[in-house]
Amino acid sequence: MITNDELDLLLADLLDHYGYDFTHYSRASLTRRVNRLWHISKFLSFAALRHRLRSDADYAGQFVEGITVNVTEMFRDPLFYQVLRRDVLPTLAAKPFIRIWHAGCSTGEEVYSMAILLSEVNLAHKSLLYATDLNSEVLSKARKGIFPMAPLKQYAENYRLSGGTQDFSTYYTAHYGYAKFRSELGEKVVFSTHNLVSDGSFNEFDLILCRNVLIYFDKLLQEQVLSLFDQSLAPLSYLALGSKETLKFSSLQPRYRQLNNEKIWRKIG
Amino acid sequence: MAQDRLTHAHPVVLIGGSSGSIEVLLELLPALQPPLRSTVIIVVHRGNTADSTLTDLLAHRTQIPLREVDEKDPIEAGVIYLAPADYHLLIEADHIFSLDDSEKVNYTRPAIDVTFESAAAVYGPRLTGVLLSGANGDGTNGLLAIRKAGGRALVQKPETARIDTMPQQAIKQHAFDQLVDVDEIIAYINTLGVKTTST
Repeated sequence: MITNDELDLLLADLLDHYGYDFTHYSRASLTRRVNRLWHISKFLSFAALRHRLRSDADYAGQFVEGITVNVTEMFRDPLFYQVLRRDVLPTLAAKPFIRIWHAGCSTGEEVYSMAILLSEVNLAHKSLLYATDLNSEVLSKARKGIFPMAPLKQYAENYRLSGGTQDFSTYYTAHYGYAKFRSELGEKVVFSTHNLVSDGSFNEFDLILCRNVLIYFDKLLQEQVLSLFDQSLAPLSYLALGSKETLKFSSLQPRYRQLNNEKIWRKIG
Repeated sequence: MAQDRLTHAHPVVLIGGSSGSIEVLLELLPALQPPLRSTVIIVVHRGNTADSTLTDLLAHRTQIPLREVDEKDPIEAGVIYLAPADYHLLIEADHIFSLDDSEKVNYTRPAIDVTFESAAAVYGPRLTGVLLSGANGDGTNGLLAIRKAGGRALVQKPETARIDTMPQQAIKQHAFDQLVDVDEIIAYINTLGVKTTST
């Protein structure tokens, strides 16, 4: 089990050697994930773990993938997607061009969900999706559009509950336990590394989705990232967060209006 | 209501349960006497949809404030908290909650072990873990962590549990200080903090 001081040393190493800044991540979750990696890699001491991390850049990459949570699913919280489909996307339809940013997209399940949604509301032809994550390993998985078959049944059910109108299986072909999604779904997606802690705004968007990423940050970093989103959002555009995340305590709140009880806010000021 | 900031004197009670534990909570909650001198945190296995039915059901059974945890909520004394669906519930050293949507543990999220282990590191001897009825092995490692940190582990008497797998698992691993029925849990929580936080 790692001590607080040891964790401080590891975080300082990751920042000094590799430029990853986890110092404003939620501590309890980080501690748990480092302990898990320590256990899996069977290091005999903290010193051994630290040495490997400092001297082996490949291992450091794996370590970063291991301490960042990459759990995601397609059409997670179906009611959320129902609101996107019914209330949000139609208001963007009049625009000549729609830009959407999936910040912290992990292995891309949400990006493909959005691509399906856009094609069903006939907006795919004029949309561009930016899918970013700090980790290049998960992005290369996302880029392929190939997902394990095991959870597909759940995804199909989520899709149906979200108001999906097609047979979900028309969107992919199954091979050896994996589902490869139709290539045209990925054609309008730009995958790129972007670190919410250290990188700035890079475009103006009509919709930013950042679901279940802020929960891993402390309040200070949450506010910093929300302000980055604010700088990247066009007037009357939307910000979508995870089901337990909120703008309630943020300085942004007065200029955003929440859609009913959904975790979607519209920039009004 | 004696709601105030959690101090280093306040005891903390964590209650974990799965199948058959809601019945226990429905009996336990109305018997807790306000003001609560501790903080009670409940982690029960539940469906993965974000609806508030369970929170409303439990909140109506008690005069003590009962809330489903929101991201970064401060932990207060005199309040009962419920872990939200589909997130692990963790406790930070500065007495705030944080949520985590990492992999399921023991096939479940929230997992009792995750909350118990994270609380053990923060609260040590002033923490009590209570493990109720349930059909899997979740909670045992958490109770072991609580005991190791100097806290107290209570396990529902298997013969009073609708599903005794979870209590039996804890007993098999010696992860308990005392086996208790519902009345004993009620009495324990009602007297907790009365002697230790007389200030």
